[in-house]
Amino acid sequence: MSVFGDVPLAPPVAVFKLSADFREDGHPQKVNLGVGAYRTDDCQPWVLPVVKKVERLIVEDAGLNHEYLPILGLPEFRSASSKVALGDGSAAIKDGRVGGVQALGGTGALRIGAEFLRRWYNGVNNTATPVYVSAPTWENHNSVFADAGFKDIRPYHYWDAAKRGLDLAGLLDDLEKAPEHSVFVLHACAHNPTGTDPTREEWKQISEIMKRRSLFVFFDSAYQGFASGDLDKDAWAIRYFVSEGFELFIAQSFSKNFGLYNERVGYLTVVARDSENLSRTLSQMEKIVRTTWSNPPSQGARIVSKTLNCPELFAEWKSNVKTMADRVLLMRDQLKAKLQALGTPGTWDHITQQIGMFSFTGLNPKQVEYMIAEKHVYLMASGRINMCGLTTSNIDYIAQSIHDAVTKVPQCRS
Amino acid sequence: MALLKSNKVIYCLGNISPSLGVLSTRNSSWWGGVQMGPPDPILGVTEAFKRDTNPKKMNLGVGAYRDDHGKPFVLSCVRKAEELITAKHMDKEYLPIGGLGDFSKCCAQLALGADSEVLKSSRNITVQTISGTGSLRIGANFLARFHGGPRDVYLPKPSWGNHTPIFRDAGMQLKAYRYYDPSTCGFDFKGALDDISKIPEQSVIMLHACAHNPTGVDPKPEQWKEISDLVKKRNLLVFFDMAYQGFASGDIDRDAWAVRYFIEQGHNILLSQSFAKNMGLYGERVGGFTVVCNDTEEAKRVESQLKILIRPIYSNPPMNGARIAATILNTPDLRSLWLEEVHFMANRIIKMREQLVAGLKKEGSSHNWQHVIDQIGMFCFTGLKPEQVERLTKEFSVYMTKDGRISMAGVTSANVGYLAHGIHAVTK
Repeated sequence: MSVFGDVPLAPPVAVFKLSADFREDGHPQKVNLGVGAYRTDDCQPWVLPVVKKVERLIVEDAGLNHEYLPILGLPEFRSASSKVALGDGSAAIKDGRVGGVQALGGTGALRIGAEFLRRWYNGVNNTATPVYVSAPTWENHNSVFADAGFKDIRPYHYWDAAKRGLDLAGLLDDLEKAPEHSVFVLHACAHNPTGTDPTREEWKQISEIMKRRSLFVFFDSAYQGFASGDLDKDAWAIRYFVSEGFELFIAQSFSKNFGLYNERVGYLTVVARDSENLSRTLSQMEKIVRTTWSNPPSQGARIVSKTLNCPELFAEWKSNVKTMADRVLLMRDQLKAKLQALGTPGTWDHITQQIGMFSFTGLNPKQVEYMIAEKHVYLMASGRINMCGLTTSNIDYIAQSIHDAVTKVPQCRS
Repeated sequence: MALLKSNKVIYCLGNISPSLGVLSTRNSSWWGGVQMGPPDPILGVTEAFKRDTNPKKMNLGVGAYRDDHGKPFVLSCVRKAEELITAKHMDKEYLPIGGLGDFSKCCAQLALGADSEVLKSSRNITVQTISGTGSLRIGANFLARFHGGPRDVYLPKPSWGNHTPIFRDAGMQLKAYRYYDPSTCGFDFKGALDDISKIPEQSVIMLHACAHNPTGVDPKPEQWKEISDLVKKRNLLVFFDMAYQGFASGDIDRDAWAVRYFIEQGHNILLSQSFAKNMGLYGERVGGFTVVCNDTEEAKRVESQLKILIRPIYSNPPMNGARIAATILNTPDLRSLWLEEVHFMANRIIKMREQLVAGLKKEGSSHNWQHVIDQIGMFCFTGLKPEQVERLTKEFSVYMTKDGRISMAGVTSANVGYLAHGIHAVTK
């Protein structure tokens, strides 16, 4: 007899299972277009040059130790993170109403924010507050809010499969119909998995409704810098909402734009009405952190903080980020050109219109299965591909594989 | 203050009459009803200490080791490991959800012993966690979701202050069994057995593997044996918290004796480990969580569910500290160096205990301070009452937790006399 006799075997997390399957595949032309990590044109992970430089500085600094960070994180990291998101000249920061929590990656930031909202937003411990996530969204959003205790997690219209773009009418309609005070998880830029972002005009419309209907703004910002190559451009939506007077949360990840995936560097920026509300909010977030991980890991925050707070390193970082973004843009251009040259049925403009690491190809599950089984090209069942997995060496093979999938495997009846 | 109160009133009204609540929040803040959280009882001590300008101030709050100059101590084996790691130019790709495989393996080996039958049969699942806190929280969440027994977790009285909110936030309920005897400043063995004998079957019982926090009072091996028998009889699920392996006696294997004994006796335990103290890796957040299962098949099922729990908290753990720990444990001369350094740290603390007692005698204290020497590990439960603690802090700038616990690690040959003087002053 075991206490755990009845524990069922859980299904593996899809994106990691995909990588595991890829690893086991012996086919010489196999390609992994699954998990969202940057790759160079040699299909290698890339430790940013500025990161290598800063790490050496840290290891050689005999004055540094491994003591506990404060519960809310490394102070220099915290202030720099808010500045990166809101801009150097942010009035909200000057007003002393911006603070935040260093967290374990973007996931950790989302979770702390979600735990706080469940306890203190819209009443006390109101687990019935609806939380809206985009359809589709990063699959972990659902689990984060559900495990934080929210009972009512709903999709809002986002991806229009027919036109391969944003379903603005559906989105705005959902905003109008959502119960007041509902929480909306918005992707700040480079929407995952669709790569489709609202235009600035569309963001303004979203903002107007959210303000009028008292909906809570929770930004997920995992790709700042990665989308357009420009940090400020990618933060436009966040900054617009802040300037419109919203109190909001921003879950920031430095996994992608710093290539610091495994050091778990994230930040939850909190913008409150004033410093007094901010300090009470942070004090309660401290309590949540204390029972989750006590205090955050030091290495990644030190690297980011040193980089952001030193002008030369900051400039070098921005250029490293642009390198990554530019390679992705190049691959987008080339993939679209090749598909058009092959005469692959359908329109492929969305490949270059979409932005960031991912592209929602429009391939259906059967076509995806074909890609994996027959072509050894691994991608998510949703048809999402990581553009970083494309290289000058494999792009022809990938384009041909997509062409074959589309022509040999029928379209789903919608 | 008035604004806060009025917000609270409106908020309460808001719960009855939603429209009123909405009116107030629209004009003020979503967070008008959020109360100011009290400072953390343990970590808050350091914050108060930092604000104090008295040059003689002492921080005996949080359990972080200090050298004899009162400075943080970076172990040489850690520095050496870091150099080795830097030279390898590794990438920064995501770790698996369960963490660095090399680390989990040697983490389990360290606790269970290299020749453990559990490891040989692969019937444990060990995942890398965010230090001890993260490990306890994963365990608590796992219990809340999958434990078919009562929701109650029995903690020793007293226990680490953070145990209670961790289990509570995970959805478990807390109860206690007698542990510390204030009249002897020692172990209330009879009281513990008596309470444990009454715990409902299948409840979870938390045991501190060694160097009990906050009291420093550990059961003797014969006492552990009786506890194990009784716990088996009551069919309780054992959750060991081992945050100080190496720190109690200075010997890794000696400190893990209770954990290994219980496993040999057939308890399929849950185990949390921390490398914060014994490797000085505090801020790198290195820990492990182990579930000892019946067989590999069960371990696989448990592992799959742990991943499902972990993914929506932080996705996967940080690399740096785990890589350092694994390098140390897996590189023979670094491992030997580490064992020496742990021994050294533990010995310095033992010396400070002896010097504190000698100092109190010298001050002319008439109290019996033997418990300061008998207690083990980083902490000493002085027996000071809250009022005495307050005086010690206010008049002497000696910072400690209200329960009278002091971190011996914060005592040095330079300040032990001052500490003895202060303690004597508030207890004479």
